[in-house]
Amino acid sequence: MRGAAWKLAGVALGVGLAGVLIGFYVAGYLVGDTKSFRPSVAAGATPVARLTIQTVAAVGPTLAPNPDWVSYLVRDGSGTWRRSTVWRLPAHALVHVTIYNFDGASGLRNPFLGRPQGLVGPELIDGKPLTVMPPDQPSHTFAVPELGVLVPVAPVADDAKNQCGYAPCALSMAHRTITFTFRTGKPGHYRWQCFVPCAAGFLYGFGGPMQTIGYMDGFLNVV
Amino acid sequence: MSALAVEARRPPWRKLVGFNLLTAALLGVGGYYLGWFIGHHVTGSSLAFFGDIDQNDLSVFLGYFLGVIGFLVGLGFANYPLARLRGYPPSLREKETQGVGRYFGLCTDHKVVGIQYLLGIGLFFFIGGLNAMLIRVELLRPNAQVFPAGQYLTLVGMHGTMMMGMMSSGILGPFANYVLPLMIGARRMAFPRIEALTFWLLMAAGAILTTTIFFGGFPTGWTGYEPLNDQANAGMDAYIVFFALVGLSITLLGLNMIATIVTMRAPGLTWSRLPIFCWGVLSTAVLMLLAAPVLIAVLSMAMLDRAAQTTFFIPSGGGSQYLYENLFWVFGHPEVYILALPGFAIVLELLPVFARKPLWGYRLAVAGLLGVTLLSWLVWQHHLFVSGINSDLRPFYMLSTELISIPTGFTFICGLMTLWRGRIRLTVPMLFCLAWFFNFLIGGLSGVFLSDVPSDVTTHGSFFSMAHFHYTIMGGLIFTFFAALYYWVPKMTGFQLNERLGKIHFWSMFIAFNSTFAPLFAVGFLGQPRRVVTYPANLQFLNDWVSASAFVLGLSMLVFLANFVYSLVFARIPAGSNPWASRSLEWQLPSPVPVHNFDRIPVISGDPYDYGAPAAPAAVPLPAPAGGGA
Amino acid sequence: MAAAPPLTSAAPASDGHGRRFLALWAVLSAIATPLVAIFLGPAIPPGNGSSQATGQVFDNQVMVAISTPVCVLVLLFVGYALVAFRSRSTAVADGPPIRGDAGVQIVWVVTTTTIVLGLAGFGTFELLQGGSGGGQGPTAAFLPAGHSKAMDVQVIAQQWEFTFRYPTYGGLETPHLVLPANTLVRLHVTSLDAVHSFWAYELGVKADANPGSDDIVYVRLKGPRTFHIHCSELCGLWHGYMFDTGQVVPDAEFAAWIKRQQAYFGPVARYLPPYATSYLPDPQLRAG
Repeated sequence: MRGAAWKLAGVALGVGLAGVLIGFYVAGYLVGDTKSFRPSVAAGATPVARLTIQTVAAVGPTLAPNPDWVSYLVRDGSGTWRRSTVWRLPAHALVHVTIYNFDGASGLRNPFLGRPQGLVGPELIDGKPLTVMPPDQPSHTFAVPELGVLVPVAPVADDAKNQCGYAPCALSMAHRTITFTFRTGKPGHYRWQCFVPCAAGFLYGFGGPMQTIGYMDGFLNVV
Repeated sequence: MSALAVEARRPPWRKLVGFNLLTAALLGVGGYYLGWFIGHHVTGSSLAFFGDIDQNDLSVFLGYFLGVIGFLVGLGFANYPLARLRGYPPSLREKETQGVGRYFGLCTDHKVVGIQYLLGIGLFFFIGGLNAMLIRVELLRPNAQVFPAGQYLTLVGMHGTMMMGMMSSGILGPFANYVLPLMIGARRMAFPRIEALTFWLLMAAGAILTTTIFFGGFPTGWTGYEPLNDQANAGMDAYIVFFALVGLSITLLGLNMIATIVTMRAPGLTWSRLPIFCWGVLSTAVLMLLAAPVLIAVLSMAMLDRAAQTTFFIPSGGGSQYLYENLFWVFGHPEVYILALPGFAIVLELLPVFARKPLWGYRLAVAGLLGVTLLSWLVWQHHLFVSGINSDLRPFYMLSTELISIPTGFTFICGLMTLWRGRIRLTVPMLFCLAWFFNFLIGGLSGVFLSDVPSDVTTHGSFFSMAHFHYTIMGGLIFTFFAALYYWVPKMTGFQLNERLGKIHFWSMFIAFNSTFAPLFAVGFLGQPRRVVTYPANLQFLNDWVSASAFVLGLSMLVFLANFVYSLVFARIPAGSNPWASRSLEWQLPSPVPVHNFDRIPVISGDPYDYGAPAAPAAVPLPAPAGGGA
Repeated sequence: MAAAPPLTSAAPASDGHGRRFLALWAVLSAIATPLVAIFLGPAIPPGNGSSQATGQVFDNQVMVAISTPVCVLVLLFVGYALVAFRSRSTAVADGPPIRGDAGVQIVWVVTTTTIVLGLAGFGTFELLQGGSGGGQGPTAAFLPAGHSKAMDVQVIAQQWEFTFRYPTYGGLETPHLVLPANTLVRLHVTSLDAVHSFWAYELGVKADANPGSDDIVYVRLKGPRTFHIHCSELCGLWHGYMFDTGQVVPDAEFAAWIKRQQAYFGPVARYLPPYATSYLPDPQLRAG
């Protein structure tokens, strides 16, 4: 019967369309900056990983859909800066981290977070060990609460010359160098975040990039 | 020549021009961009003044509002008010065209609006359900990163918000709009244009909510707590506009229901003969009319906080988040009774038909519905027991919340005793009603746990309270929604729904539903908070069981869809005017119901529950000749 | 039918369905309730970490025990009705025109009201035993015995971590919570930004952390143990990861721990704001 064939075609078309729309819908939620990056690891009894990251005041239009958001970037093996905040690290390893900060001070809401925690050895700011950073100074922090790691990041002075505009920032521009080492423990997913309210334009400075993976938050996938 | 013939002779492309959905969509999009433009250019420099340098919420809000206005104008809602302003005489309805096109535009026939509601709410119910499936995918493993953590929160928020917003009208929208005038012997609802407006407001709202993902989603869940609300991305604006439009829609819906029931009953239909379904609709409508404006008020303040940088809810600016919490729950608690009461009404209405006995304890049942309505205003702080409210208040709210289980119990006793000594027929609608007893029993008892403050300290904010409200809302409302659907779709369309597929749908849904939500009581007791993307490893087995059951629950919905499409598109077996042998007035009319409903308005001489009285005449004799009755 | 039908049962009273049902219910309840109390009772959360937690366990046990006969009643009734009153013929036949029974209604209303009022009274009584571990706001009304000698500890919630201050030790702030065993502690829960909620599971403590506001909760700790802390109010991206592990330790160990924290966090002490029950720190509205 021709009528039934038309109806069947119509229903099949409807189901197909629904499937496509559902696919788009689900894909919309899957979008996010969660591709993981694996820094170089020196094998041994205790593996040693080296992570080089930079923090920038504005990530720029080539690297992100939100050009004026603050962000962390990580340097891969070829020297290119990539916007990835999900890092794969070995378990029970030492991780040496170097942060180049190109951003100015924002200040802490809780001054307690100016004391570094959970590190192997001291935190070095431009080579000098840090005991505690006064609360109006930190530009960002790098913190892994589950591992007890907390590192305040020193700021570029407001009147410094040659400040970086959009990322990626070259080392020739005004920056501070922060180095520290921490130990990863058991395998797991450990989230990390910044604790400085550095998201301009959001209440308490904690919206936008501060609540989006790929900017000021990420994961350490310890395997 | 007749208007219809003129209509038929117009070339097809001419039919697209005019006030219809296409025009509405175009004007809606145009309105959105107009609002965006105004927001950007009028407030461009004031943004720096306001300090909101990163996002222009004002643009988004103006865009949404002008988009909704454009949408409604495109559908033709402005035509009648403008015509009246120009001095045209009042008229009751738009000129109705025939055919399927009526369902895609402004139609003031309450039966068309009922079917529009059924399909529209069904669409958004499936979107909300899809979100639930995605949530359960993420929770399959404690540390799964299927969805980025921020997107997960949007999924959770979208699921809750879509469901709460849409299913508030879940029974009143489709079924009361279609059946209420038929049950009370009227030819229309009191305000036909407002009735159509409530539907299209809801559709516009649903469309707006789905755009939240383009603005980054929202992180607050369906409750939208401040100050997190103020901190969120522009996606939060979609939530605020959605809920404000939903609030407006249900306020008007409630208004319409009350006006219809109070003023348009047929002669002889006294309050003591009013079907219990109408009492339930009346109680729900009172709650809608009074509670939804509070929601609109609190969301307006949230909107000002976001767009104009006021600080109603920000403590460091002199406001208080307690203000938001209390205002929200003053709406929020009656809201959950807006969801639950229609379920009570459906169960009490359908049980007499399928047990073939009068409704037992009619006055007690009405007292139960009205008691719940009254008490629902006095309990809202039980959502805030541990939130730092004045601790002296807690015994009072514990008492009032416990008390509300008394009128709820009236519904139980009246329904149970209706079954006693009946001649029970296990049709598909009856199965869904019986499942209500099981589900709402568990939901209600878990509510008693939550109303007890010490117990609430254990379980507040955990999966226990989530299981509680899913048992009452999904187990109570959605099951009765399907009962009503299987019961009344034969009347609305004239075709039967397949009984076999219906039973498969029921059993798979009932078993999967309980398998999904019963373990969540344990999950909550064991310490997993709500809205979290990770959980302790020892809870993985329970979470996996729940996720697997949830997927089966989703599949059962597909069984329903298959039944719906198969029965109404392919099989099309005529149902007759009264397949359930019901004594209610709407079943004395042909199926589907003719445009004018009744040839002549009947005179009512009894209630529709006269089963078993041997010499009882039909409860509502229609004056002869009836319009093709049973 | 102009007059309302009489509100009495028109069914014959001699076929015994009612008596049979009540007897079945009594027997099944008598079996089920002790079984539930014995096997489910001990597993009821949240545990024995504090008097408040024990109080909650008791409360939950009582309610589980009362729910059992209620559940049996409704489920047995529906089951009995489906077995005894199923329509046996394919033709649609009506049942008896029973519209109500004053006796049954009165019994039902009185019984449900009594149970409900009893539960409300029982819950209030439990609440009076020191607040049951729930946040009581800035002025707690339900004070446990010995509250004037309670040890103050502040819980500061921020996005997305809890920190803790000990006013009795000079306002020392630490990243983890350690408490002395067998002590009455008065927790002051507050927030620096959004609304969080401090949930210490084994201690039976749950109090919302509100910005600019103090939320007091009393907890009478028992023996040494480890307990889990979760945030239980959605507070943004890392709400699900805002957890920690706390310790209840003997007094000597607690004193040693305090000394270690004071030594390590000494350098930051001069930057901390003076201890207060709430804080609204800069930047307040927008990031600098």
